[in-house]
Amino acid sequence: MTVHIKSHGDASDGAFAEAVGGRLSRVDGPAKITGAARYAVEQQLDGLVHAVLVDSTIAAGRVRAIETARAEAAPGVLKVLTPDSIVGLRTASDWFGTPPPDKPYFPLARDITFSGQHVAAVVAETFEQAVAAAALIEISYDETPAIVDLNDAKAGDGIPVDAMTKEWGDAPAAFAAAPVRICAAYNTPREYQAPMEPHGLIARWEDDRLTVWEPSQWLDGMARTYAEWFSVPFENVRLVSPYIGGGFGSKALALSHGAVAAYAARMLGRPVKLVLTRPQTFTGYGGRAATRQTVTIGAAQDGLIQSIVHRGVNETSIDGMWVEPLGSVTSIMYATPNFSSRQNVVRVNSVVPGAMRAPGENPSAFGIECAIDELAYEVGIDPLEIRLRNYAEQDPHARKAWSTRQLREAFATGAERFGWAARTPKPRSMRDGNQLIGWGVAAGTYPVRRAHGEAIVRILADGSVEVESSSIDMGQGTYTILAQTAAETLGVPADSVVVKLGDSRFPRAGVTGGSRLAGVMTGAVYKAATSALDQLVGLAISDPRSPFHALQANTLVVANGRIASPRGDGPDVSIAELLSGIGLDRIEASGDTMPANSTAEDRYKNYTTISMALPHTEGDYSRHSWCAHFIEVRVDEDFGTVRVSRVVSALDSGRLYNPKLAESQWKGGIIMGIGQALLEEGIVDRRHGRIVNNNLADYLVPTNADIPDIEVISVGIPDPHSSALGGKGVGELAIVGVAPAIANAVFHATGKRIRDLPITLEKLI
Amino acid sequence: MRDFDYIRPATIPDAVAAAAQPGSAYLAGGTNLLDLMKGGITSPERIVDITRLPELDRVEELPEGGLRIGALVRNADLAHDPSFAKAYPAVAEALLSGASAQLRNAATVGGNLLQRTRCSYFYDTASPCNRREPGSGCSALHGENRLHAVLGWSEACIATHPSDFCVPLVALDAVVEIEGKDGRRHVTLEEFHRLPGQTPQRETVLEPGDLIVAVRLPAEAASFAANARYLKVRERTSYAFAVVSAAAALTVEGGRIRAARLALGGVAAKPWRARAAEALLIGAPAEEASFLRAADAALAEATPSGDNAFKIELARRIVVRALTSALAGTPALMPALPASPFSNIPGARHDA
Repeated sequence: MTVHIKSHGDASDGAFAEAVGGRLSRVDGPAKITGAARYAVEQQLDGLVHAVLVDSTIAAGRVRAIETARAEAAPGVLKVLTPDSIVGLRTASDWFGTPPPDKPYFPLARDITFSGQHVAAVVAETFEQAVAAAALIEISYDETPAIVDLNDAKAGDGIPVDAMTKEWGDAPAAFAAAPVRICAAYNTPREYQAPMEPHGLIARWEDDRLTVWEPSQWLDGMARTYAEWFSVPFENVRLVSPYIGGGFGSKALALSHGAVAAYAARMLGRPVKLVLTRPQTFTGYGGRAATRQTVTIGAAQDGLIQSIVHRGVNETSIDGMWVEPLGSVTSIMYATPNFSSRQNVVRVNSVVPGAMRAPGENPSAFGIECAIDELAYEVGIDPLEIRLRNYAEQDPHARKAWSTRQLREAFATGAERFGWAARTPKPRSMRDGNQLIGWGVAAGTYPVRRAHGEAIVRILADGSVEVESSSIDMGQGTYTILAQTAAETLGVPADSVVVKLGDSRFPRAGVTGGSRLAGVMTGAVYKAATSALDQLVGLAISDPRSPFHALQANTLVVANGRIASPRGDGPDVSIAELLSGIGLDRIEASGDTMPANSTAEDRYKNYTTISMALPHTEGDYSRHSWCAHFIEVRVDEDFGTVRVSRVVSALDSGRLYNPKLAESQWKGGIIMGIGQALLEEGIVDRRHGRIVNNNLADYLVPTNADIPDIEVISVGIPDPHSSALGGKGVGELAIVGVAPAIANAVFHATGKRIRDLPITLEKLI
Repeated sequence: MRDFDYIRPATIPDAVAAAAQPGSAYLAGGTNLLDLMKGGITSPERIVDITRLPELDRVEELPEGGLRIGALVRNADLAHDPSFAKAYPAVAEALLSGASAQLRNAATVGGNLLQRTRCSYFYDTASPCNRREPGSGCSALHGENRLHAVLGWSEACIATHPSDFCVPLVALDAVVEIEGKDGRRHVTLEEFHRLPGQTPQRETVLEPGDLIVAVRLPAEAASFAANARYLKVRERTSYAFAVVSAAAALTVEGGRIRAARLALGGVAAKPWRARAAEALLIGAPAEEASFLRAADAALAEATPSGDNAFKIELARRIVVRALTSALAGTPALMPALPASPFSNIPGARHDA
């Protein structure tokens, strides 16, 4: 579909702020700042009771016995649940929609495959009673040896994932023949999403209808899982998630604690609230898998790459499969005639890892973007120049043209704003007192993932507009950009548009992940609003009660909530006056981005699985967002402490629907990347496989004082191949490349190449 | 959290009597105690809330010189008191480098002295811990111990004391004023915290019912005001405990050190006064060579308790830097990032 894109671009304020591309502030901001926004577990329900989980303290083995008598006798306790007491649940399909094995589902485990697995639960009248009773439960185990992490001697080399293999040319032979060869291993640890709002839910049954208030990046997908667990029709499950306190990939799937709460609610006939403790958020779902990569590059003396051989490994759980695609950036960032990337997964006694901001691209970029920096020093070429020399003019893997790739512009603009030309190339050549100063550069990319969504647009009797969709806003700005889209399309002020999200009763949407939602939902709202506008104008022209009826006009203009003829020679009435005149209380239109001949089954699969997502290389083009980060670090020479003192990033996300919100997401990604580079690591006790730093005092994320002013610059142009309105992905792009830019800057500052994240002080002293 | 009794006494003797009963805990700012109770690490049967006790929130000049700081004075109030910061700049710098602004607004002077270790195993009730459950064993000794003690530790416990505030206080000969069943007594801060030995659960010299009512700084403490610093190495710039820290205070006359004070944080179960280093510094030329010798002396007894040998070298370096910074003189204004080696970064935030 091609649409006309208006040319007002990124107007910074005034009337343009309300249109698509304007810098409208977050419409949900006041509700969040004042506390009026009601989050999932803040719902006030009559008869609400509280559930608390008891988790395994061993990483491998079997529960021998659970002593529950003291807990059952404790004040206020309504029910103690154990693995055997949850019966009748069925295994649900995975997020690809693969039909599940026909077997029961046990959200509480008797066979233990990781420390922190939910084993028992207590439901009591008050939260405090549930906590006190949970402490009285005694679990005994038959413990077996565990594989605690990737580096465990028992872990082995893992299982090859053939689907991850990407090869062309003869990479090993070309590497062997290359005059310049570098080979290095790069490691990233377990990292955690650490959202401010922990996972939790309230579940309530009314007969066989289940309502779940739960923070969710995917209402329809999670509703499907609950429906399958409890063997009720999909339509009987309602997910409600109007506000989300951070997701970063961790809130897209229904999890076992949700099954426990919903089961308890059905059993007791009362609404049940269950919220993970902060330590439980480190094991109740998976963070980013630990990874290992070996990158070898063969090149000519002029820095031109002749071969890349890449081998990657990520951890997964004992009985789940998570593949973190480590060759995703390696295979497309630079032109090379010979390439080989293969990947294994290694089973360890951990919760199954999960999605965390730019899964795959993030660790992949750490490998290749550090390796090319090493090559730059090896051949004595500026790290920016070597990237330009090896610039990929088309997708080297898919062999297709880029839809748009403003990466050269990103390098040029970022370098100019940063002042890269003043860099002295030699390591340890820049200092300020005790501080060594280093400048590093790295590129990032994220594919354009595309799916479909639906929306309803209603023009109400008072001229206001309502937009409804089951998509969500976890802080990225969906409420705001959909209001802008409807306002611009209909010709009404943005503050007359009310956007309602986060209820699975609304028109459906697929997962909010992979930076796809904005492109999908602006497209759906644009179509619905266009259809509503057509109805409005059609009625205004044709209805005998309309003041425009006598005009015999072909079309009318709607602007700022008023309808007039294009030449301005007829009546000029508000939408409310028109609707009142023709006796209508509303105009309603739905719109979706599905192909015209889609069946009901197609739609269900599209909204409840990821199996219908369009490949980013579909058709003639390869579609990606791109960015270049320029980062200055200061390293205390004596203490080895690293602080980021300057960031300039230039990014290509195509057309921005709201630059202010896009910049905010980019900055968020960069901040998260600084944490990844310098602070974040899940530390595993090697004796019992427990995460030792499972709280926000010990699992360090950056504070305000760690973050300098960050300059982000948009270098994107509208990309008609990527979305209806020309945008590409925003949310995940900016974290990709931050960690290697920092590692490269640390090398420039100190002469030490740190290939294991995070870059902590003892690695530098 | 388990049920407990809550008592709010009106007088200090009432408080002491109530808290002398087994299973009691005093509540002041609550910034540490409530977390411990929520996590099931400690489960007092009786909470004695001392926040309404009279006269414990005052800072008074003592007639014989020096200062008496009431136990309920909030960390933030003390640090932002201009006359206090001027006379005891290293103490103010330490206070502002600790915790977060919100915690400093709530945390009290007495509570700061009594905060518990941040050892992860102390907080993990599934792990043995001799501090939490005497006799159960030390999980950190052969576990994750990158940030644990390098001085004064025992096989029974290798945890560190997390306070910043206590480090310059111990350097400046602070005294703890304690009200107990038998009346009032004074204990130096250096003697107040105990090393673990075989009884790591006994962290201080306090007996049941003992209440810290004040901390005193002797008159001499203010004589270092022109050359006193606190320096803290931490993994992030704010809201992080010290990997290592140091308080250094000097008086210098004619290029020679006339008096020296030095203490280390993050290295032991107590704020660590480096007396041997002080002895070397007194009378020595005020120059780097003296500071290097002092650093070696301060860490002479240090041994890794695990995977933390880097902390010994780091501690040596922070001693040298803290002495060098003290010699250079106390800044006229509090640095933008208190106690941070990065405090001179252009544009650095002023609210760490």
